[in-house]
Amino acid sequence: MNFPILSSLILLPTVGAFFLFFTRGNKKNNFTVKYVALFTSFVNFLLSIYLWILFDHTTSEFQFVEQRIWIKDFINYKVGVDGISILFILLTTFITPLCILSVNNSIKERLSEFLIAVLIMESFMIGVFCSLDLVIFYLFFEAGLIPMFLIIGIWGGARRVYSAFKFFLYTLLGSVLMLVAIITIYWLTGTTDVIELYSLGIETKYQNLLWLAFFSSFAVKTPMWPVHTWLPDAHVEAPTAGSVLLAAILLKMAGYGFIRFSLGLFPAASEVFTPLIYTLSVIAIIFTSFIALMQEDMKKLIAYSSVAHMGYVTLGIFTIQQQGIEGSIIQMISHGLVSAALFLCVGVVYDRMHSRLINTYGGIVSIIPKYSVLFMLFTLAALGLPGTSGFVGEFLILMGAFKDNFLVAVIASIGVIIGAAYMLWLYKRVIFGKLINNDLKKMIDLNRSESIILTSLAIPTLFFGFYPDPLINTIEVSISDLIETYNFRLASKI
Amino acid sequence: MTNLQLVFPEIFLSLSIMFLLILGVFKKNSSKIIQNLSLVVLLVTAVITFNETIGIKEVKLFNNSIIIDYLSSLMKIVTLLATFLVLIISSNYLRTFKIFKIEYPILVLSSVLGMMIMINSNDLIVFYMGLELQSLALYVLATFNRDQIKSSEAGLKYFVLSALSSGLLLYGCSLIYGFTGSTNFNVIANQLGSSEYAITFGIVFILVGLAFKISAVPFHMWAPDVYEGSPTSVTLFFTMVPKVAALTVFIRFLYVAFLNLIDQWQMILIFLSIASMLFGAIAAIGQTNLKRLAAYSSIGHVGYALAGVATGTNEGMQSSVIYIIIYIIMNLGLFSCLLMMKRENQYYEKIEDLSGLSKNHPMLALSLMIILFSLAGIPPLAGFFAKFYVFKSVIEQSMYFLAIVGLLSTVVAAFYYLRLIKIMYFDKEKEKYDTDHGLWLKFSLTFSTLLILVYFIFPSQLIEVVSRINII
Repeated sequence: MNFPILSSLILLPTVGAFFLFFTRGNKKNNFTVKYVALFTSFVNFLLSIYLWILFDHTTSEFQFVEQRIWIKDFINYKVGVDGISILFILLTTFITPLCILSVNNSIKERLSEFLIAVLIMESFMIGVFCSLDLVIFYLFFEAGLIPMFLIIGIWGGARRVYSAFKFFLYTLLGSVLMLVAIITIYWLTGTTDVIELYSLGIETKYQNLLWLAFFSSFAVKTPMWPVHTWLPDAHVEAPTAGSVLLAAILLKMAGYGFIRFSLGLFPAASEVFTPLIYTLSVIAIIFTSFIALMQEDMKKLIAYSSVAHMGYVTLGIFTIQQQGIEGSIIQMISHGLVSAALFLCVGVVYDRMHSRLINTYGGIVSIIPKYSVLFMLFTLAALGLPGTSGFVGEFLILMGAFKDNFLVAVIASIGVIIGAAYMLWLYKRVIFGKLINNDLKKMIDLNRSESIILTSLAIPTLFFGFYPDPLINTIEVSISDLIETYNFRLASKI
Repeated sequence: MTNLQLVFPEIFLSLSIMFLLILGVFKKNSSKIIQNLSLVVLLVTAVITFNETIGIKEVKLFNNSIIIDYLSSLMKIVTLLATFLVLIISSNYLRTFKIFKIEYPILVLSSVLGMMIMINSNDLIVFYMGLELQSLALYVLATFNRDQIKSSEAGLKYFVLSALSSGLLLYGCSLIYGFTGSTNFNVIANQLGSSEYAITFGIVFILVGLAFKISAVPFHMWAPDVYEGSPTSVTLFFTMVPKVAALTVFIRFLYVAFLNLIDQWQMILIFLSIASMLFGAIAAIGQTNLKRLAAYSSIGHVGYALAGVATGTNEGMQSSVIYIIIYIIMNLGLFSCLLMMKRENQYYEKIEDLSGLSKNHPMLALSLMIILFSLAGIPPLAGFFAKFYVFKSVIEQSMYFLAIVGLLSTVVAAFYYLRLIKIMYFDKEKEKYDTDHGLWLKFSLTFSTLLILVYFIFPSQLIEVVSRINII
C-alpha cells in the first residue's frame, strides 16, 4: 500500500474544518457550510468502506501500517488497523455524517463553528482507533476533550457550564495517570510502539500498577460505576449531535483501550483484576438499570442505560473468551448505532416541544406514527430483542460470561430484564397512553432529513441483528489471536 | 585577551546603552528614535551572539569567571528575542498612558545586559553583579507608571523584597566562599567534600535568593502584587525574560558547582517545585484580575520548569529549557491578548471583561482559547509537549511522587484556564473593544498562536536545538 489511507482518514475531516474556518460568518453561508461538512464526512465514510473492502480478515497482523519519524529516537508516528479497530473506525465515519445531518433544527447559532468542532472531533476519534503508538494514542485520546468541551459548553442546555467542566476535569483527571504509565513503559522497555510492546511484553511485577493507571483513565471514559456521574450530566446538557457523538463513539474509546492495551499489554494484571472489573460491571448493570427506571428526563434515562450497556461490554472483555470479547465489540458497535438513534429520537421530539421530560408526552402514536415505529425499533434493539444487533452482542457476552463465571453471568442476565423494563416503560409513557397535553397535537411527523438519519441507523441495526457474520468475520481472527497470546503470556509469565 | 570577541555582544550592548542615553538627553522628543534604535540594538546583539558564540563548545574568560558555551549562547538569544518582542508590542500601551519615554527602552536594555552577565557567569561575584544590574533596572520599570499609586506600590514592594532576597543570597555566597575559599563554580566543585554540611547552608541561602527571583513558592509573595501593579507591558517582561536568566543560573549553579551534593539540594528543589505547582494552581482559582491570574499561572509554570532541574540529569535540564521556551511563547500570546483588550484609551484587565469575547472578536477569542488550552497542557498543543518532556525526564529518575503531584496539579490548573474559556465562549457579550491594534501586536499574537498550534507537527526541531546543551 502506497496510498496512506489511514492518515487520509485522519486528516480529511480536519481539512474540511479548515475550509469551513474560512467560510465562517453570516447566515447566508449556513447552507454551504453544512454541505461542505456533510460532503467531507461522507467522503471519509466512503474511504473507510474502501478500507474495509481492502481489509484482509484472515490475518491478525496490523494492516495499512504507516510509520514516520516524529520525534527522533523517541516516538514514531505509527498507525495501522487490525480486526479490532477497523469496526470502530467505520462506526465513527458512519455516525459523523448523520450527526452533521441532524444539526438542521437543533443548532441555531454559530453553525460553522459547531461543524468545525464536530469534524475535528472526528479526526481525533479516528486517530485514537488507529494509532499504534502509546504517545500518539494519548495525544488523540486527550485532544478530543477540547472540541467536546466546546460542543457541550457553547451549544448545550441550561446547566451546560457545569456539565462541560465536569466532563473535562473528570476525564483529564483519569487520563493523567495514564500518561505517567505510558512514560514508565517507555522507561522500562525503551519503546512506546504497540507492536513492539506486544512482542516484548512487560515484566509481571510492574504490570499491576500500570494496569491500574490505564484503568483509571478508561474507567472514567467507559464510564464504569462509580465514576460514571459525569455522563448523565454531559449527555443531558449536550446538544443532540453532541450526545450522539459522546454515546456512539467517545465511550467506545475506553472499551477499545481495554482490549488493545489492558488485555494486550498487561495479561497478568488483567487476570488479577478481573474480579474487580466483574464486580464493577455487575454493579453498573444492575444499579444503573434501577436508576434508569426512575428517571423523568428521557435523555438521562438513555444516558444511564448507556452506563448499563457499557457494563456488559467491560464484563464481556474480561471474560477473555472468544464469545465474550466478540460480543463486547458487537455490543459496542450496536450500542453506537442504537444509542445514537435513541438520542436522535429524543432530539426529534425535543426540537418540536422543547421538553425532554417524559410526562410532557403520552399518546403521540396517532399524531406521529412514522416516528413511533422507528422509536419502537430502537427501543427493542436497546433491550436486546432477537433480530436486532443488540441481541447478538448481549447474547455472546452472556455466553462468554457463563463459561467463565456462572454467578456473574446469572446476575448480569437479570440486568437484561430490568433493561427491558425501563426501555419498554419509557416507550409506553411517551408513545402510548391518553393524549392529555393538547400542544402535542400540533407535532409534525419526521421530516426528510430526520427520516433519512433514523432509517440509515435502522438498516444496520436490523441487518446485523439477522446477519452478524460480516462483523464477526472481521474481528474473529484478531480476537482469537489476542486470546492465544494472552494465555501464552500468562503461562510463560511475561 | 585573545578571546575578547566572545564577549562582544555584552560590550556592544553596554556601549549602545550609553550612546542611547546620551542621545536621549541631548535630543528633544527622541523617544520614538530611541525605541526603534533599541530594537535594532537587540536584534544586532542577537545576531552577534549567534555568529560569535553559537559554535563554541566551552570557553572560559577573565580568570574563569565567565563561561561561554552553548547553554549561555542559546539562553542569551532567547532573552534577546523575547525582549525584542516585548519592547515592540508595548509601545502602544505606553503611549496610552503617556509614559512613552526614553528611559523605558534604555532600562529594558540595561536589565537585559544584567541578565546576559548572569547567564554568562561562572563565578558567584559575577553572577551577583549581573543579578543586581537586572534587578535595579526592573525596580524602576515596575514603578514606571509613577502617577498610578499601584505602580509605585509594586515597585516599592518589589524593591524591598528583592533586596531582602539579595541579602540572603549574598550571605549564602559568603558562606560558600568561607568554606571553599573560592567564588568560582569549578573551584567550588573541586573543594567540596570537606565540610559538606556547612556548604549546604550556603546552598540553601542561595537557593532561597534564587527562588525569590523566579517567584517559586514559598518565596512568591511579591509576584501577584508586583505583576498586578506594574504596567502591563512591564508585567509581560517580568513573566518572561528574567525567568530565563534565573533558570540558567539555577542550572549552572546546581549542575556545575554542586552536582556532587545532589542529595542535599534535590529535596529542596522537589519541594519548591511541588509547592509552586500546587499553590500556583490552587491560588489562581479565586482570582478576578487577569494579571494576577497570570502571576499565579507563572508561579505554577516555574514549578514545572524546576521539576526538570530537580532531576539532576542532562535530559531533565534540557526539558526545563524546552519548558521555559514554550512558556515564553505562550505567555507572549496571552499578554498580546491582554494588550488588545482596550476601549477608548482604557485597558481592561478584569476576568469579567473577557465575557462574550467570542461573539465580538472571534479571532482574538480563538487565539486566546488555543493559548489557554496550551497553558493548561492539553494535547496536541505545545504546552502539552513542554510538560511531557519534563515528566518524561522526571519519571526516568523514578521520581513518581513529583510526577503524579505535578500531573494532578495540571488538572486543578485546567480548571481556572477553562473558567476563562467559559467566560469567553459561554457568557453574554459586552461592549466591543477597539480593533486598531498595531501591526506588531497582531503579529506577535498570530505568531505565538500558530507556533503553539503547529508545534506538534515539528516537535523534533526544538529538541534538536536544545539537546546540544551539555554541561554535565
